[in-house]
Amino acid sequence: MEGKTLSEKIIGEHCGKDVKAGEVVVVNVDLSYVQDGTGPLTVRRMAEMGLEKAYDPQRTVFFFDHASPSPRMELSNDHEFLRDFARKTGIILSDVGYGISHHNVLEKYARPCDIIVGADSHTCTGGALGAFATGMGSTDVAVAIALGRTWMRVPDTYLVEVSGRLPKGVYSKDIILHLIGKITSNGATYKALEFTGDTIAALSTAARSTIANMAVESGAKVGLFPPDGETRKFLGLMGREEAFRELGSDEDAVFEKRIEINAEELEPTIACPHLVDNTKTVSEVGKVKVDEVFIGTSCNGRLEDLHIAVSILKGNRISRDTRVIVTPASRMVYLEALRDGTIETLVEAGALVTAPGCGACVGVHEGVLGDGDVCLATQPRNFKGRMGNPNSFIYLGSPAVAAATALTGEITDPREVM
Amino acid sequence: MGKAWKFGDNISTDLIAPGMYFHLRSNLPELAKHVLEGARPDFASLVQDGDFVVAGENFGLGSSREHAPVIIKMAGTRAVLAKSFARIFYRNCINIGLPAMTCDTDGIDEGDELELDMENGIILDKTKGKEITFPPLPPVMNKIMQEGGLVAYIKAHRSLEI
Repeated sequence: MEGKTLSEKIIGEHCGKDVKAGEVVVVNVDLSYVQDGTGPLTVRRMAEMGLEKAYDPQRTVFFFDHASPSPRMELSNDHEFLRDFARKTGIILSDVGYGISHHNVLEKYARPCDIIVGADSHTCTGGALGAFATGMGSTDVAVAIALGRTWMRVPDTYLVEVSGRLPKGVYSKDIILHLIGKITSNGATYKALEFTGDTIAALSTAARSTIANMAVESGAKVGLFPPDGETRKFLGLMGREEAFRELGSDEDAVFEKRIEINAEELEPTIACPHLVDNTKTVSEVGKVKVDEVFIGTSCNGRLEDLHIAVSILKGNRISRDTRVIVTPASRMVYLEALRDGTIETLVEAGALVTAPGCGACVGVHEGVLGDGDVCLATQPRNFKGRMGNPNSFIYLGSPAVAAATALTGEITDPREVM
Repeated sequence: MGKAWKFGDNISTDLIAPGMYFHLRSNLPELAKHVLEGARPDFASLVQDGDFVVAGENFGLGSSREHAPVIIKMAGTRAVLAKSFARIFYRNCINIGLPAMTCDTDGIDEGDELELDMENGIILDKTKGKEITFPPLPPVMNKIMQEGGLVAYIKAHRSLEI
């Protein structure tokens, strides 16, 4: 019998039989979650189905991160609606201030080889720990919450092998932007991306989460990092080492495609307006004046990302013509950044630090762009209108590109200021 | 029968249900007044019951917000026809009972009169006098669609068996 991919193994374990890519199966779900933008509709769908209880309330979480704290009464009312349902059902509530769903999931809930569904497209961030984590809509997640099950097609896998040492000024964000530029925004639709190679082995879980997070920007269903020693270390730091499990694809597994990336050839890379696959190296783009720099989000809001920004901003002043907003991904990141002086350094350099959450990325609050504004953001998406204004322009880059840009007021290669 | 409204490639959920109207997500009739506003500001005021949204590649990429297909359906759209769909959006369409057909849309022009024959997998372009075929939905999605969406399916079966 031929070998299996990690996706086939995880899905097989969750439906109690051997599966191959292409099969459609019903699987048990280990964790279901929603956020405040998708949660109210999920709860209404549960009511419409007459299933107003969670199958396992302690493996179900409502996260308030998109409008957090709420900037409008309508959204405050949505929050109250979700709080009330969580109280009645015993579902775990992650209220305003605790930060982004996906990062709380990495810190507290996700286990390697889990199946996780979330009513948020960036649920695939959980792939950083080797969880088969994927985004779905409110109705699908309503069913997963109520019945503890969902249906899925076992995906074919694209194996992405990244090798070589990352050059100075180049980070995991540059790897994933390069990959999406290469395969395009729908190049991996329905597929599982699985990451391997010595570059990947050397990445921290934070750096891996940037790549896993953006898997969906190529259309992929998941972005999987087979759990390894780094995964064990991260879980240990979170006080959850017992959750560790090692599992990977068999050597003779069937991969639909193999994609090789030589990390040593990569350069600081950005996505230009208004699509994520519109990528260019910073040197190709030339100088573009920037009104707002935004560091944070489910893609790059971890402590390591803030440290990269600090390494460039420490002792310097940000450009007079640019506003800089920093939003830690989670309460844990926020606290660590407070304790080790990161926040102080950022504020001294002229940045503004907000409460943990999705911040400006969702176009609701905390940095909505004005007409004609240009933003350089570390977020995963730059679609027209993303940051609350269709007449603005969003470039995506690493925290290093963001910090370098903050110093000069125009899109800048971090190697020029490091 | 309805009219075709043409859109290009990569129509994101940020164009369909813009984030600037995030506060209207629990007020869908109001949100529906802004459907596809990012791609075509006058669409909501012009679309008629039974019309078709016709697009290119990767329709619905981006966010998982189910509100996006919900407001396309609320606007009276009969079906969305595209060369390809983003995964989550496609699944959401079927779950809410909005036909989403994958087919070659190049030959359809804005304003063409279209008729959808779900059973035989045919879109009839009456303006052009041409038939465009589309493959059947995968069996599991077809079952959900036949029952009017996932809510109706679960109400009828009380479980998720496929």
